[in-house]
Amino acid sequence: MLHRMGLLGKKVGMMQDFDEKGDWFTYTVITVGPCVVLDIKTKERDGYTALKLGFDDQKPHRVNRPDMGVFAKADTTPKRYVREIRLSAEECVQFEVGQTLTPDQVFRPGDTIDVTGTSKGKGFQGVMKRYHFRGTRATHGSHEYFRHGGSIGCRLTPGRVYKGRKMPGQMGNKRVTMQNIAISKVLADKNLVLVNGGIPGSAEGYVMLHHAAKRLVPAFKLIQPKQATETAEPAAE
Amino acid sequence: MSTPHPIIQELEAQSPARDFPEFRVGDTVRVHVRIVEGQRERVQVFEGVVIRRRRGGNRGSFTVRKVSYSVGVERTFPFFSPRVEKIEVGSRGRVRRNRLYYLRQRTGKAARIRARIVREKKKA
Repeated sequence: MLHRMGLLGKKVGMMQDFDEKGDWFTYTVITVGPCVVLDIKTKERDGYTALKLGFDDQKPHRVNRPDMGVFAKADTTPKRYVREIRLSAEECVQFEVGQTLTPDQVFRPGDTIDVTGTSKGKGFQGVMKRYHFRGTRATHGSHEYFRHGGSIGCRLTPGRVYKGRKMPGQMGNKRVTMQNIAISKVLADKNLVLVNGGIPGSAEGYVMLHHAAKRLVPAFKLIQPKQATETAEPAAE
Repeated sequence: MSTPHPIIQELEAQSPARDFPEFRVGDTVRVHVRIVEGQRERVQVFEGVVIRRRRGGNRGSFTVRKVSYSVGVERTFPFFSPRVEKIEVGSRGRVRRNRLYYLRQRTGKAARIRARIVREKKKA
């Protein structure tokens, strides 16, 4: 199992700014955390190790009793967006139930992350929009056959339509992960993370941020922003 | 366009303030643009009529049109671009619309803009 530390967040929207050269660049603003550690899954009890995180308050009457128990154990208000982050047992040790995590403890500017969210729903769409099929010709006597996908298979052999055939259907509103997105800024005081480019879903949509799966990342250690700089300076001298 | 999220507005407001003189659509301006050529950097002046102003936080821009060797040239500058060094306002123009796209169809005398006389406000 791949272990990558992550946090939960909510997409705020997109912005533009200038780089040093004066060129535009675009980035997405995400509210990340504060996330509460609701539970730590252990090998003995659960068969795997993970952190269970909660983000964004939920009205108590919308939470069922078993879930209420989870929030009560972590001594926190009910949370709306609850997800597990798979971590190794060694990495889980540094957390405790009820602890609050902020983005500056997990992410640094320049880090490469994956962002998982739910893409914008496009409804039931035909193959031209959904898979960029070219459709059929509009002239030369075409009749009631313009945006179709054409043939979907052969004849007696194989006598069936292959699995995975691209056909019309629901487009979007699906879990999507964007890999290898660079973090441009972490604004600790506002719990904001700014990442380069776009991320899945609409504004106000919930997203999960992970350190990139395709990058080699050392075992996760919590970043302690202020103390880290204090200890680092005397060491350098 | 819909109003941006309050957090976005707040972040946009953090862009360094630019100290440009006030100008309107129809005015003639001289835009000092920083141009990087390899290692060297120099400032070029683009002078023309402002035919459009777009607002919106740090995304605002304006378009300047000039006729250079009988070819119409338009350049759009973001207000907050670090490449825009300075803006000088030349003559003020009196125009009756917000977007002067009609100037593209006109040349010579027809493309003139009436001057706007600006009275000094301090008359106590």
